[in-house]
Amino acid sequence: MSNAQSLTRTERVGRIGLRIFAAVVLTFLVAPVLIVIPLSFNGSAYFSYPMSGFSTQWYAMLFSSGEWRLAIFNSFLIGLCSTVIATTLGTAAALGISRPSFPLRGFIMPLLISPMIIPIVVVSVSLYLVFSPLGLTSTYTGVILAHAALGTPFVVITVTATLSSFNWNLTRAAASLGAPPLLTFRRVTLPLIAPGVATGSVFAFATSFDEVIVILFLGGAEQKTIPRQMWSGIRDQINPSILAMATLLTIFAILLFLTIDWLHGRNAPAPEA
Amino acid sequence: MSMGTANGMAAGTVEIAPAANVSAYRASRRRESVRSLALALPLLLFLLATFIYPIGSLLLRSVQSGEVAAALPQVAAALQDWRGPDLPAPAAFEAMAQDIASAQADGTLVSAARRLNNYEPGFRSLILKTARRLQDLSAGSAAQAFADIDKRWSEVETWRLIQRAAAPLTPDYLLSAVDLTVGPNGFTALPADQQIYQSAFARTFLISGSVTLLCLVLGYPVAYLLATLPTRQSNRLMIFVIVPFWTSLLVRTTAWYVLLQPNGVVNSLLMASGLTDAPLSLMFNRIGVLIGMTHVLLPFMILANYAVMRGISPSYQRAAVSLGAHPAVAFLRVYVPQTLPGIGTGAFLVFVLALGYYITPALLGGGGDEMISQLIAFQMERQLNWGLAGALSVYLVLLTLAAYFAFNHFVGVDKLRLG
Repeated sequence: MSNAQSLTRTERVGRIGLRIFAAVVLTFLVAPVLIVIPLSFNGSAYFSYPMSGFSTQWYAMLFSSGEWRLAIFNSFLIGLCSTVIATTLGTAAALGISRPSFPLRGFIMPLLISPMIIPIVVVSVSLYLVFSPLGLTSTYTGVILAHAALGTPFVVITVTATLSSFNWNLTRAAASLGAPPLLTFRRVTLPLIAPGVATGSVFAFATSFDEVIVILFLGGAEQKTIPRQMWSGIRDQINPSILAMATLLTIFAILLFLTIDWLHGRNAPAPEA
Repeated sequence: MSMGTANGMAAGTVEIAPAANVSAYRASRRRESVRSLALALPLLLFLLATFIYPIGSLLLRSVQSGEVAAALPQVAAALQDWRGPDLPAPAAFEAMAQDIASAQADGTLVSAARRLNNYEPGFRSLILKTARRLQDLSAGSAAQAFADIDKRWSEVETWRLIQRAAAPLTPDYLLSAVDLTVGPNGFTALPADQQIYQSAFARTFLISGSVTLLCLVLGYPVAYLLATLPTRQSNRLMIFVIVPFWTSLLVRTTAWYVLLQPNGVVNSLLMASGLTDAPLSLMFNRIGVLIGMTHVLLPFMILANYAVMRGISPSYQRAAVSLGAHPAVAFLRVYVPQTLPGIGTGAFLVFVLALGYYITPALLGGGGDEMISQLIAFQMERQLNWGLAGALSVYLVLLTLAAYFAFNHFVGVDKLRLG
């Protein structure tokens, strides 16, 4: 913005007030998770400071428990499978929608992003009633299909955003040189939209990875995921192994953030951010 | 979007093209249309099967009432023209005896009994008891046999209820989801002590509105600061917004669950600083819900506003100041109106996500202060009342769609951006 000299006194006072206010809000955002991290190393099963000694027992508990190990495995399995489905379907749909020739855009676009907006309890209850006679409840297939549906809007939105600055003459040029559509996609379109596709798939993965309610309704004991396990852990008897898991998930969130940041950097040369 | 320019160019081409080429051109455009639609088709079909059809059928359940008519077809027929106030004709009792026997044989009796139980607790056991006892009876009038089994069979109310439940379509779920019922003179409100849902919808609306407002008040200034700082500084501060955004909802709710305990960190800090003498109750009540939900949803508000503010040139505001406007006036009258799309997008996202919240209020909220999603889950899991779950969903989805259409009208769905 402008340099400090050109600001009036009122503006300067306002700016200082603004900085203090923002510092408080940003602290509110990050502090809860940061405060909890040390408690996961607490020597005793209490949730307050001062801590009674340092211990990694809660982490050991996490990795020695068969339930938690299954939950970690399930979270990644369900997350990856549903991400592959969501990314494939979402990217294809975004490619169609972004073409100038796409009909009924105003009608179809809201339909495609509706899974992001409809309350998830409603989605879960609906799927339970439809999947149950088909024998899809308490199966991986059922949970993966549901998570894939929830993840698709993110892929559609990010890929559509990337394509809004896409030069369609490139695909025409490829076609006029005799490239079949699939080859054009693989060699021309995909490399250019890859950051958008990847961002969308990270969002889709995070959606599945963080999701509890669908699992509560559709998943059986076999399909328990990390958030599901945390949910029952908090409800039954909360102990610091939940905080150990929370700490690991926070580290994972930072990794996701760095991934997106890196993708965003790769995407930056495009005129539309 | 680029659609407009493309069409304009195409129209220009058509005008100068010879007539013979026009139809060929149109055919090729149609092929293009079909091809682009074909790309979206797999996702459309997928969502139709895993999303639109299931939700549609849940919403339809709110008016369907097939269980009783399917299990007791002869009773339904016998009661068709019955209007009271006397008990139905003996034929209805005989029909009931036959229907109960055959429904028990083919296994549909239980779901009919459960359905009747939704109307009046105790009905399930009445039906099942009757089914058990009817087997021992043979001779005599059916009406007398029923009266002997349970005196409720000689009450007109019982039969009226069965008659109502046997209709194929029912307004009952949709009515009871807003605390109404069908009385002799049209719709009437339920007695005050049975009213749950109107206040639950009001509460859900109020909580979502409060959270939206809190997020706006907390988030708008932060977004403004981030948007006006030099890029390097703002990128560094942005981490404080984005890392919580990527952190699991359950992790953040768990953190508050731990921090807000009576002997937790927040209360220890408050007491150490002398602000309070005794621990405050900060969870299992509305305060906990508002703190938790605001914390989880705040990044959406900040990011949505930041995205819009980053594109606003500071020169308009500076021009207003140089023309003599007070900086505060310039900010309110010149800057804020330019940020309305950001406010709209942020408020829409936060409000709509808040409407459907389940996990955070379930863990941090108190009894009797549930949001609608919790009540839907309760009807589904504990009461097995799918019709009522469907009816509550109808209203929740309508609220959501209303917010969506308002947003689309004032801001436009194309403005939704991520990452």
